[in-house]
Amino acid sequence: MSEIIIKAEKLTKTYKLPAEEIYAVRDIDLDIYAGDFIAIMGSSGSGKTTLLDSLGCLGKITSGRLRVMDKDVSCVPESALVSIRRKFISFVFQDFLLIPSLTALENVELPLYFSRSRKGRKHCVDFLNRVGLGSRIHHLPKQLSGGEKQRVAIARALASSPKVLFADEPTGNLDSKNSREIFELFRKLNKEEGFTLVVITHNPQLGELADRVVRLKDGRIISKEE
Amino acid sequence: MKIFGIAYKNLNRKKIRTALTVGGVAVAVAVLVSLFGFDAGYQRSLNNDIDKLGYHILVTAKGCPYEAATLILKGGGGLRYMEDAVYKRIIKDPRIDKITPQLISTVYNQESAQGRGAFTLYMGVDDTFLELKPWVKFKSGGWFSAPDAEEAIMGYEAAEVEQRLAGDQIFVPSINKVLTVKGIFERTGTQDDGLVFIPLATAQRIFDLPGKLTGIGIKLINIQDTAKLEEELYNEPGIQVVSLTQVRGTILNLVSSARVMANSVALIAIFIAVIGVTNTILMSVFERTREIGVMKALGASAFDIFKIIWLETIFICLFGGILGMFLAFFGSNIVEHIIRKTLPYAPSGKLVFIELRLLILSFVGVLVMGLVAGTYPALRASLMKPIEAIRSGE
Repeated sequence: MSEIIIKAEKLTKTYKLPAEEIYAVRDIDLDIYAGDFIAIMGSSGSGKTTLLDSLGCLGKITSGRLRVMDKDVSCVPESALVSIRRKFISFVFQDFLLIPSLTALENVELPLYFSRSRKGRKHCVDFLNRVGLGSRIHHLPKQLSGGEKQRVAIARALASSPKVLFADEPTGNLDSKNSREIFELFRKLNKEEGFTLVVITHNPQLGELADRVVRLKDGRIISKEE
Repeated sequence: MKIFGIAYKNLNRKKIRTALTVGGVAVAVAVLVSLFGFDAGYQRSLNNDIDKLGYHILVTAKGCPYEAATLILKGGGGLRYMEDAVYKRIIKDPRIDKITPQLISTVYNQESAQGRGAFTLYMGVDDTFLELKPWVKFKSGGWFSAPDAEEAIMGYEAAEVEQRLAGDQIFVPSINKVLTVKGIFERTGTQDDGLVFIPLATAQRIFDLPGKLTGIGIKLINIQDTAKLEEELYNEPGIQVVSLTQVRGTILNLVSSARVMANSVALIAIFIAVIGVTNTILMSVFERTREIGVMKALGASAFDIFKIIWLETIFICLFGGILGMFLAFFGSNIVEHIIRKTLPYAPSGKLVFIELRLLILSFVGVLVMGLVAGTYPALRASLMKPIEAIRSGE
């Protein structure tokens, strides 16, 4: 069995409204292993995105315990979460969320700049080559198709060599052909690079490519399938 | 990938908005630099003019105007006279280096100023005049042939206006005298350029003012004796003493209200520019909320985001500042023209004096302005929570 790199115990995240407290996710117990490929599935409002944000240290959890790379991050300040994200975590979003003013290559270089990494431009070009965009490195996002933008986002996420890559519906804005290609790319890179992949998807066929599927309903895990 | 590149490219996305904001800063800086340049230039020119008067103290008859501008404003009248006995008493003072008596008289000439009529100022002087003003050179001709000769030496502008050359004759209306132009002075850049000089004795005779003077110019051996001598001369009856400090103060008072207004306008312009820059950057921050969230998700710290937004503001202010400095530097002639038209009295020489020190100070000022204008937007951006920022557009 591989080492556990993320461990959630009774993880709960609530949002306070003036009249009530909304439980977005509740009592989540989940172990994520090195090299895992996990698909998180569930209907809209089931808490998938909140769970991904919490596991990805994008915000503080309300209660419970969360350990990332053997560090308890349940109650740490934002500056400590920044440090965890820089070292271990990366993201791919449904809307790609590339920086429009930067070229594909510059977008990929961005996390390296923030993490003060010594990896140079060549490293980023290599990643763009690996996602099949070697000829489009100096293109701006507006000059790329949806599938190409998502490939840039994947290269950007992987350039900093994260331990875990969180992808929030990465194929949600793509057609079925591009969706399949992106998922296969994820699968391939997951095997080659050895990083852990946690993907939110609505697509059951894409979910089948994952090692494990975690299903959520009303903020709680209802099943974990191998 | 450098932080400068990120900030610059962000600004480049909204070219028109950035250009307009830069333009606003440029105008504000140009106004500020021009006004400070004017402040420096005006005082410089005024000091220069006063130094060129050649004397430290001017003794005049009580109530007599002591500079040409006031004399003209009073319609050429208002002259008061003192006896030359005063001159004979003062000349004995050992603290005096050089001293020169003067007799000013004004004559209205119907045909001057292209038929509109104007006053001509005649100044009676003796040989000591040139001792006080050794820099005065002749453009043509030379000094009077005798202390009571019926001759004139014209200032540069007076000769230009009347189109006279050495050897010509000029007619003095109202007393019906004809004087021979003995010489024409080079341009001095002072009020002397507009005067017609005649020998003192001749002036006293033809204007029927025997033994009378309007002023006595005094240059001291030691300028620090000015206040003391001035105080002693106050005991002389029927005279007033004007020191150069007073002249400078009087003229500065004339323009002080204009300066206060202009400085207020400049400060308001800077204030508006700061608000404009803050507004532009704040709008840009709000538009890029999701991008800022993504950068944070990718490992940017609050300080990284702060630096990017701050740099954008500083870029705008620096571009605007440098542009404004260029505008002020190359547009100083236009500003000078406008100021000369507006002010009641403007000294000769360059009125808007923009020196390197002023440009460096403005550069630093603009940098500070950028830091101030950018602080709030940068703080807003840096304090954004990544989840809320990323999910804000969904």
